[in-house]
Amino acid sequence: MNLLETIRLAIRALLRSKTRSVLTALGIIIGVGAVIAMVAIGDGARASVQRVFDSMGTNMLIVLPGSSNSGGARGGFGSQPSLTWDDLEAIRTQLPSVRAAAPELRSSAQLSSGETNWATSVVGTTPDFFEVRNWPMALGARFSESDAELGSKVVILGQTVVDNLYGKGVDPVGQVVRIKSTPFTVVAVAARKGQSPVGQDFDNTAFIPTTSFRRSVQSQSLGAYITGVVYVQAASAGQTAQAQQDITQLLRERHRLDEGEADDFDVRNLAELASGQQESTRTLSLLLAAIAAVSLVVGGIGIMNIMLVSVTERTREIGVRVAIGARPRDILLQFLVEALTLSMLGGLLGAALGAGVAQLLAAQFQWPMLVRPDVVLLALGFSAAVGVGFGLYPARKASRLDPIDALRYE
Amino acid sequence: MEAVDGAQPLVALRAVSKVYRTGDVEVRALRGVDLAVQPGELVSIMGTSGSGKSTLMNILGCLDKPTQGQYLLDGKDVSRLDRDALARVRNRTLGFVFQSFNLLARTTALENVELPLLYAGVKTKERHARAKDALQRVGLGDRLEHHPKQLSGGQQQRVAIARALVGRPRLILADEPTGNLDSRTSVEVMALFQQLQREGLTLIIVTHEPDIAAYTGRVVVVRDGRIVSDKRQPAQPAVPLPEEEEAVP
Ligand SMILES: Nc1ncnc2c1ncn2[C@@H]1O[C@H](COP(=O)(O)OP(=O)(O)OP(=O)(O)O)[C@@H](O)[C@H]1O
Ligand SMILES: [Mg+2]
Repeated sequence: MNLLETIRLAIRALLRSKTRSVLTALGIIIGVGAVIAMVAIGDGARASVQRVFDSMGTNMLIVLPGSSNSGGARGGFGSQPSLTWDDLEAIRTQLPSVRAAAPELRSSAQLSSGETNWATSVVGTTPDFFEVRNWPMALGARFSESDAELGSKVVILGQTVVDNLYGKGVDPVGQVVRIKSTPFTVVAVAARKGQSPVGQDFDNTAFIPTTSFRRSVQSQSLGAYITGVVYVQAASAGQTAQAQQDITQLLRERHRLDEGEADDFDVRNLAELASGQQESTRTLSLLLAAIAAVSLVVGGIGIMNIMLVSVTERTREIGVRVAIGARPRDILLQFLVEALTLSMLGGLLGAALGAGVAQLLAAQFQWPMLVRPDVVLLALGFSAAVGVGFGLYPARKASRLDPIDALRYE
Repeated sequence: MEAVDGAQPLVALRAVSKVYRTGDVEVRALRGVDLAVQPGELVSIMGTSGSGKSTLMNILGCLDKPTQGQYLLDGKDVSRLDRDALARVRNRTLGFVFQSFNLLARTTALENVELPLLYAGVKTKERHARAKDALQRVGLGDRLEHHPKQLSGGQQQRVAIARALVGRPRLILADEPTGNLDSRTSVEVMALFQQLQREGLTLIIVTHEPDIAAYTGRVVVVRDGRIVSDKRQPAQPAVPLPEEEEAVP
């Protein structure tokens, strides 16, 4: 008997007890569905984390000022100013592993234009900031290096600020906006950036030159010290660790720290942070896939169980088939193909189910979720393996029945 | 028991014995059976229950091997063949008819009859044609798509006979083929067997009923695993009663 006939026979046998076949395949359906959905969810989560980190800036490091140390109680990094403007200049100019560096002085302030006003975050920075943060302008051009130094009264608005101060779609370039009652001219609108990993709206910000910030926004100036953080862009993706090391060394020298003394600053490598995040999502999705794989095996046991029942029920049929000329291998193949058909049927239905669930979740979380064809193939391959693996024992049992006993079986 | 007319016997058993061992108990089901059946014979085997008739049929049908002795089927020693070769013999040379019909449930008459051809690797078209032909030979040309449940006992047994015939075997073995049938239907089946014999087939049937044995030209009696009598006789023609033909939907 050829394979095609055998498959036809198997499908007919399965159709004879539809409910039982579907229930038996359910284990595989759920298993394959779970594998595909889990992997898709894992991929989606990873992609969305990546997207967030990409939006923060490329090859980026953050230098935070040191911790305060008053009466044994140590504050966190950033609680005590320790970075000077000269430190920034040294990082910018002396290290080949650094492409650009920019300060970020942050304060909240009331902005007003005519009758409307809007409380937002005002950031004092230099043009390099937009380089480091990988942040283009939507309208106009960002202020220049000399603007930053001279303290020109110019401002770059984020989209959220524009939307609230002028209305959506309005071009505010050239308009005057008051920040804490000082008039600033709008020179550009920064492109929309979205949210930070912790849900902070990047676009609800107004950027002004550092000098202007220290004069008009900051309540008290600390002279030589930077009252904020420094963003650094490494020369290349491969040099973020090098840059981190170089900056640490440079600052330790500049701050005259001895061997045993702790850093009075902190250099954070965002790329590392991102890959750490990726690692944890990968571990999670591996775990989920493993759980799903277990349910596939459980599905396989279900198939084996039903195939054993089927062999017993059809003992007489097996006897008849052997009597009229079926070879042991014909019987083996018949039951093996039946198990395989069952598991593949489950696999296909499960793949459809998994893909459906994945799409639904993707739409829900606005993840860039994709059902990967290699995962689908893998899951189908796995369910085929389960079918053969768990179908083999019942099929062998059937093929080894003694025809005389089988024919006498009641 | 040697060849009567000098031709090579289709079936030749030489000192065949069969011993079943279950634990310490030994059952000698057959004790040195010699039997030769010529092509074209219709033989009945009789004997009390437990005398070894089914054991003998199982050996003749290549479903079981003798413990001792030799079995030549069409001149070839089949006692040494492996399982695959035996399957081939059963498929090509033998046809089985069982007491309880043993048709596959929820499978049409046509498909039931096609089954041996499926294992013989016959192509679909020819398979259909031959199965249809076989069903017509047993008078069921109009019941091709019926399931066993939709057929009377006699009709089911005729489907089973068609299944035994379809592979164009040399020998048909029937263990109590009329055991589950009423007397009228039994006569029908015997008429069919006589017709097959006339067409040149060799048939061996096991029966408990002397009435049935009377339709055969040779009666072999088995007792305690031995052949105690082997007589040829003029076979009584089996004439079914057409006016009482069952009315079946
Ligand atoms: N598989 C077996 N294991 C052990 N003993 C067996 C086996 N098959 C048959 N026997 C024994 O062999 C003897 C012959 O059995 P067999 O089935 O051939 O009898 P039979 O003539 O066909 O009887 P019946 O007319 O009741 O069908 C009996 O004593 C039976 O108990
Ligand atoms: Mg018997």
